[in-house]
Amino acid sequence: MTTAAPAIELVGISKAFGSVQANKDISIRVMPGTIHGIIGENGAGKSTLMSILYGFYKADAGEVFIGGKKTAIPDSQAAIDAGIGMVFQHFKLVDNFTVLENVVLGAEEGFMLGTSISKARRVLKSLSEDYGLNVEPDAKIEDIGVGMQQRVEILKALYRQADILILDEPTGTLTPAEADQLFRILDRLKNEGKTIILITHKLREIMDVTDTVSVMRAGEMTATVKTAEVTPAELAELMVGRKVRLTVAKKDISVGEKILEVKDLSVKDINGVERLKGASFDVRAGEILGIAGVAGNGQSELLEALGGYQKATGSVTYKGAAMDLSGLVSNGQDRRSNGIAHVPEDRQSEGLIMEFMAWENAVFGYHLDPEFRKGWLTDNAAMKTDAAGKMERFDVRPPDPLLKAKSFSGGNQQKIVLAREFERSPDLLLIGQPTRGVDIGAIEFIHQSIVELRDQGKAILLVSVELDEILALSDRIAVMFDGRIMGERRPSETDESELGLMMAGMTKDVA
Amino acid sequence: MNELPRWAEIILVPLISLLLAAVLSALVILAIGENPISALQLMVQGALGSTYGWGYTLYYATNFIFTGLAVAIAFHARLFNIGGEGQATLGGLGVALVCVYIPWPHWSLALIGAMVGAAVLGAAWAAIPAFLQARRGSHIVITTIMFNFIAAALLNYLLIGLLKPKGSMEPATAKFAESTHLPSFQDMFSTADNVLFRGAPANVTFFVATLACILVWLLIWHTRLGYEIRSFGHSDSAAKYAGISPTKIIMITMMISGALAGLMAINNVMGEAERLILGSVEGAGFIGIAVALMGRSHPFGIFIAAILFGFLYQGGAELALWTSIPRELIVVIQALVILFTGALDNMVRMPLQKLFSLFKRTPVSEV
Amino acid sequence: MDLLTLLLILDSTIRLATPLLLACLAGLYSERAGIFDIGLEGKMLAAAFFSGAVAYTTGSAWLGLLAGIGASLVLSAVHGIASITFRGNQLISGVAINFLAAGLTVVIAQSWFKQGGRTPQLVGDARFEPITLPFADAVKDIPVFGVVYNELISGHTSIVYIALLLVPLTWILLYRTRFGLRLRAVGENPASVDTAGISVVRLRYIAVLICGVLCGLAGAYLATALQAGFVKDMSAGRGFIALAALIFAKWRPWQALFACLLFGFLQAMALRPDVLEQYLGFKVNAQLLDALPYILTVVILAGFVGKAIPPKAGGEPYVKER
Repeated sequence: MTTAAPAIELVGISKAFGSVQANKDISIRVMPGTIHGIIGENGAGKSTLMSILYGFYKADAGEVFIGGKKTAIPDSQAAIDAGIGMVFQHFKLVDNFTVLENVVLGAEEGFMLGTSISKARRVLKSLSEDYGLNVEPDAKIEDIGVGMQQRVEILKALYRQADILILDEPTGTLTPAEADQLFRILDRLKNEGKTIILITHKLREIMDVTDTVSVMRAGEMTATVKTAEVTPAELAELMVGRKVRLTVAKKDISVGEKILEVKDLSVKDINGVERLKGASFDVRAGEILGIAGVAGNGQSELLEALGGYQKATGSVTYKGAAMDLSGLVSNGQDRRSNGIAHVPEDRQSEGLIMEFMAWENAVFGYHLDPEFRKGWLTDNAAMKTDAAGKMERFDVRPPDPLLKAKSFSGGNQQKIVLAREFERSPDLLLIGQPTRGVDIGAIEFIHQSIVELRDQGKAILLVSVELDEILALSDRIAVMFDGRIMGERRPSETDESELGLMMAGMTKDVA
Repeated sequence: MNELPRWAEIILVPLISLLLAAVLSALVILAIGENPISALQLMVQGALGSTYGWGYTLYYATNFIFTGLAVAIAFHARLFNIGGEGQATLGGLGVALVCVYIPWPHWSLALIGAMVGAAVLGAAWAAIPAFLQARRGSHIVITTIMFNFIAAALLNYLLIGLLKPKGSMEPATAKFAESTHLPSFQDMFSTADNVLFRGAPANVTFFVATLACILVWLLIWHTRLGYEIRSFGHSDSAAKYAGISPTKIIMITMMISGALAGLMAINNVMGEAERLILGSVEGAGFIGIAVALMGRSHPFGIFIAAILFGFLYQGGAELALWTSIPRELIVVIQALVILFTGALDNMVRMPLQKLFSLFKRTPVSEV
Repeated sequence: MDLLTLLLILDSTIRLATPLLLACLAGLYSERAGIFDIGLEGKMLAAAFFSGAVAYTTGSAWLGLLAGIGASLVLSAVHGIASITFRGNQLISGVAINFLAAGLTVVIAQSWFKQGGRTPQLVGDARFEPITLPFADAVKDIPVFGVVYNELISGHTSIVYIALLLVPLTWILLYRTRFGLRLRAVGENPASVDTAGISVVRLRYIAVLICGVLCGLAGAYLATALQAGFVKDMSAGRGFIALAALIFAKWRPWQALFACLLFGFLQAMALRPDVLEQYLGFKVNAQLLDALPYILTVVILAGFVGKAIPPKAGGEPYVKER
């Protein structure tokens, strides 16, 4: 087994998008008939690497060997020809096509479809039996569940006789039962001699199904180990990295009254899938409640619902009064005027308008305020002065209110949002991913500002996927997994590995 | 990624697009055996060489200012209102109803009344597609096109029926009363011994249009509504975060747009024809698209672009009069302007961006 | 209603529906591939002029047809370059093409023929002549069937039969062939096609060019079959009615045929107000008939009678996601 040539070998792969180095000199070998996991945080460069392998992007440097043979992969067709199949995180299926049509698309035989379809029907039947891939060949994609859609993607690859199967975050949208089914299928594929690469940020999956695992961090491959020889805690550490331990000086202040009380808050997405499943917690004045968790476990929906632009069910009490959870647009204005500030997770698509100048962004959401009004008109001069002051105090560089948001660096963009939301001296601050894509220099400043607000006795709900950020800032930590709060911990009573396990849904404490 | 400097964005890109359109138009003129240089001279002479020429140029420009503003304001909310033609048609109906059925003591009052009539009907005609877009997701481009045709049929129906005075054979309303006649430039600027703008249709509406430019400019950049319209146009997800209602913005923006298109009717129906006839809009609704694209959706740019198109229209009429070049050449130029400033924008922009990035250091603010 | 009047009206329905059908199918190919095309009108108009002009000059309707298709293809290529290569706004490109055709046809017509923007009358072989189908004369005395065959089915120009044949052909191409599968896929989710190793750009260009060929047929039919020569603006909004029919048919070929026949029938009725009045007992307004296709389309678009859902990727340039 070990003497065979690796199914895939990547040597020295590098890829940059503009100034961002997504992959730095990455090399891995994956032996045939194994499941190899690639784990890392969001933006670590996992998907970029796999897209290069699938011919979707062109690497700046590096070589690919398939079955020991150097192979050029200029486009997806070349990858398919080399026996590589890929299941993307966002499926590439045609919704109003049947399963068969999707499988056949691009792998048709001859001009007329008839023979291709009937052949596909035959092949699909035997593949389904071989691997337990239970699909309904004549069902339309839009009518079947996510789990079956994913099996269609796998069938697409197998129909093209893929020997190597790449799955990018395959369980992101699956229920636990569906995920288990998927893993059973992967196991059978492995036993049939297929090679599988599983990209994920979920520790549990790595532990459960992989033979070997590589850890990626910030575009680099930090380790490749045998799964059996590593513990989840060690992996978590490798993944997050021993960054300089963040310490933020916090005043010892007594916690005040309950500002926010959330009970059984649930959110369904447009497809009716429940994303937030009855979350309950409270936040008091003068404390930071940190919500830890891997991205996509309901945190975004939580923030949107509390921010007033996502319909939710359950009950939320703010300063003793029930909050409107209808998600109608008036909610957002009400929240703001009642002293709730919100720094959204995604500043580029929500927090800022990239085409607007800094001064216009500095009033975004508060643009109806009387202080920015002069009769029927807006007081642009007042807005500019206001923005200049905010930019000065929050050390936005360059402090030019006339620059468009898009021409600031990530950290400075974030400071514009923070300045806007913090300077209102809100009673409750909702803040998501405060330092995502922010340069090191700005992180400290942002953390300081958050803690200062808390020291003034404000209530803060902090959502972050960065564990060390959560640990450094929070007075209490709640861990979210699969739309639920898994449990609460005090930072002094826990550590990264325990939280990491909770984030992976491995323990659930009974509250 | 690499953005063009502001001046290049505002001046260079439209100028190059215009130049490309001009060169192609010149080739067309050459191809039909005429001399582009002398054609241009003739156009300048005919459109700008006399107060009479100016009187026509500004008359056309007035129409285009209104329809250009209509398209532009919708663009700011990332809506493509292709229904200016129909909305202006309905605006004409509003003007006619107000002028025919209400006895006005003075033109100034009649003007206000007609403006209300034109704006209300224009807005109403835009409101239906807007509602369908906001609430039913029907593509506004298609519905506004359909509404252009429905407007034409409706007007046709009314003008050969209800609105036609008894005994008349022509599909038109009766002539409006003397007291509703708007002062023309000739009335306003001529002195006893020096008649200016003789017989030209430019009238007081030009100043209304100019005022509309200023008001739209204020609306877009100096009001809360304008701020919300632009926010929604740039990013609907951010607008949602900020508590801005998409339905409200779509409805209000389209109604303002329709009202502006409708207001054109005080120029062509009330100011010039002084009665409502069939097809009075004459494609001005569509020219608004070219004007808005060329003016980069900025009221000042639209003012300039509208005068340019006014010049083209008047110059084109002169060309048709004195040479074998038909008026439709203007339609060709208009098409090329839309093509280069609108659809092929990237073709002009991409080489420029490359060029500028060669001369530019890394962008500011890498902290 | 007597059979002959009915047949006359149905006959004129077919003749009027033919250009709609061709343009509608043209739009179907383009929009199914994800490229919106509101420039059908312009392509038709350009084709009408060039087919009329060349047919007049050469005396051959077929050469005219080729010229018409060529002109339409040029405009299609412009649309393709703007919306596929340069990822421009497909709607604005369509608007520009409509004006380009409206202007250029008159300018060139004036320069070539000096008849106020029209071509001279086409006579003889410069026009498509009606074809008498086999046995039409022989069966014309058989009641009903013979009359219908002779009067309604036989005696149209070849383009009419081509258009009718294109319906099943399009259906087969769209639903029974590899090309159709890919075409439909690229309009719904271009990424599915891209990841399957097929070129999105190539597929979309092919669709846009097919659209050009069919618009060319439609335009040539107007100038060299329906009428005898080109006159200014002779497409008269048919491109937009075809677009309406396409929406009405929800982008499907057989339904497109029925929608075009319906809209053609409305046009035919508008030409015979006397018949309507005679049989309905009240006067039906001609303007209402004119507006009906558009009103029906708006109703369909609004989703009050079944929802018209356009191809999902329509109007959006394809950019590989990062």
